[in-house]
Amino acid sequence: MKTLVYINSDNGISKSSLEVVTYAKKLGGEVVVVSGGNSSDLARLGEYGASKVIVDRAVVNGDEQQITKLIAFAAETENAEIIVFSHELTAKAVAPRLSVKLKAGLISGAIALPDLSSGFSCKVNVFSGKAFGVVTVNTAKKIISLLPNSVQPEITGAACSVEEISSNAGASAVKIIATKKPEGNIPLPEAELVVSAGRGLKGPENWGIVEDLATALGAATACSRPVADIGWRPHHEHVGQTGVAIRPNLYIAAGISGAIQHLAGVNGSKVIVVINTDAEAPFFKAADYGILGDAFEVLPKFTEAVKKFNASK
Amino acid sequence: MKILVCISKSPDTTSKIAFSEGNTKFDENGVQYIVNPYDEWYALVRALEIKEAQGGNVTIITVGNVADEAIIRKALAIGADDAVRIDAEPTDAYFTAIQIADYAKKNAFDLVLTGKETINYNGSQVGGMIAEVLEVPFVSLATKLDVNGSTLTLEQDIVGGVQVVEVSLPAVVSCAKGMAEQRIPNMRGIMAARTKPMQIVEPIACDLFTTYSSYILPEAKKACKMIDPNNMDELVQLLHTEAKVI
Ligand SMILES: Cc1cc2nc3c(=O)[nH]c(=O)nc-3n(C[C@H](O)[C@H](O)[C@H](O)COP(=O)(O)OP(=O)(O)OC[C@H]3O[C@@H](n4cnc5c(N)ncnc54)[C@H](O)[C@@H]3O)c2cc1C
Ligand SMILES: Nc1ncnc2c1ncn2[C@@H]1O[C@H](COP(=O)(O)O)[C@@H](O)[C@H]1O
Repeated sequence: MKTLVYINSDNGISKSSLEVVTYAKKLGGEVVVVSGGNSSDLARLGEYGASKVIVDRAVVNGDEQQITKLIAFAAETENAEIIVFSHELTAKAVAPRLSVKLKAGLISGAIALPDLSSGFSCKVNVFSGKAFGVVTVNTAKKIISLLPNSVQPEITGAACSVEEISSNAGASAVKIIATKKPEGNIPLPEAELVVSAGRGLKGPENWGIVEDLATALGAATACSRPVADIGWRPHHEHVGQTGVAIRPNLYIAAGISGAIQHLAGVNGSKVIVVINTDAEAPFFKAADYGILGDAFEVLPKFTEAVKKFNASK
Repeated sequence: MKILVCISKSPDTTSKIAFSEGNTKFDENGVQYIVNPYDEWYALVRALEIKEAQGGNVTIITVGNVADEAIIRKALAIGADDAVRIDAEPTDAYFTAIQIADYAKKNAFDLVLTGKETINYNGSQVGGMIAEVLEVPFVSLATKLDVNGSTLTLEQDIVGGVQVVEVSLPAVVSCAKGMAEQRIPNMRGIMAARTKPMQIVEPIACDLFTTYSSYILPEAKKACKMIDPNNMDELVQLLHTEAKVI
């Protein structure tokens, strides 16, 4: 059995890329990574389990049709049975195309290794995180799109070879006109720790205490939908059913009531801490640790305690 | 401009999620179905805005059974011109996409819009699959969509930012928050929807790539541990030693 892993390395190798290589290694067979772009850092994927990396340098910032052709080419030349993606933007555009092209059933949003005891089945998130489904793939080839933060990257080997290929992926049909990207932030879907705040913070000028805690923890920041809607915070920070779905190790929610649509985006978090002045706030029912108190007092004290802890490490 | 908008149903967000028949079927008892919010608020409303600005036709399509005609009428009441129902249970994304792509191919649409994902299965699969069958470009998770002649200009959320892209028609686009504002159907729309054409189409034969074999409800959360607001050191210790997340 051979597993092909696609990673997007146009902006360097992300943590979620290391996660999918680790996941593929755990599947048991040989792991080959395919990518496009200019990265000179691909050999280190061998440390996470790849036996080699094949790269088409001509596919830079490729569109979904080019990347689909690149992966289909690699899947054929490598004779791969399973193809693994990280369930992020590229996968959401490419994996469905590839599924049709290769006649391979697609499991999107996998959160665990497949169960091979009766066919090929895998656990996925359904109903916005309110339940899990077990999807069975009926086709010979399989595609798995793994939710970020489902496995931790593990170093098990040494650097591997990088082979350049030409997949004849053609020209891009989608022309990139501009990219607006804030610098220095931790991308929310990848963050292990997240500090989030809602309307209880009263105004955008009060976010300093949220950012202070995030900085002390090395966490990303997030917010509830009304906060993004009224423009207190950028839209890409909005988590929930209509925003980003995240599953960090730790989610801290200050001044957020915990409406069901908000929970839908965060209930995959391993540990939830809730800070709220209202003992009846529904969020306490979903929390592991609760602080009944005023965010304006609790957040600075929390930050101080984290700094003290960091200093003692 | 001929626009096809793919509409699916999803349980109202307040619905209780439960399963029957040994956890192999979604328990529809007492479940209220709505039009999947991404399909209704963003894909359909944006399609109508484009039609209002430059003329054309907006057809909605759903793969579903007779009971799904309720959500079709809702979408017609918001303003779509006509509807197609492919008479089949949409059990698998590939099956669903094949049905829609087949109809789209036979009826030559300029633009096919889907929602970002269905909120029950969260697969984000159907749109890309339709595009591959039709051999046209697919722009996923678009938050803004403008049409200039035969060129689309779109904004897409990318990790931590936004990307502006251009693509030529025909194309498939999946629509996310930001593209349009929700519209509430008015009485005139609701009346008009009753007489708008709805075509019922037999499905074409197609393999199922995947099947949902069972469902699992998450374990009930243990009671929340309350921490004294004046003792954040205790919280940090618990996060370190008990929860092991920092
Ligand atoms: C179809 C649909 C989709 C939706 N999708 C989303 C989504 O994706 N994400 C999302 O977040 N919402 C979503 N919503 C909105 C959601 O229902 C809630 O309205 C929203 O999450 C509430 O935001 P909030 O908790 O910040 O504000 P509020 O509900 O106003 O809650 C503020 C909270 O802050 C507390 N508070 C006040 N002062 C303080 C203080 N000083 N210190 C500590 N706590 C304080 C209050 O007790 C209260 O619990 C959706 C709604 C619908 C209908
Ligand atoms: N049964 C269906 N009928 C019509 N369109 C559908 C159906 N299922 C999904 N879609 C469309 O495909 C999008 C993505 O669905 P999914 O791949 O299930 O997340 C939805 O937002 C709809 O626009």
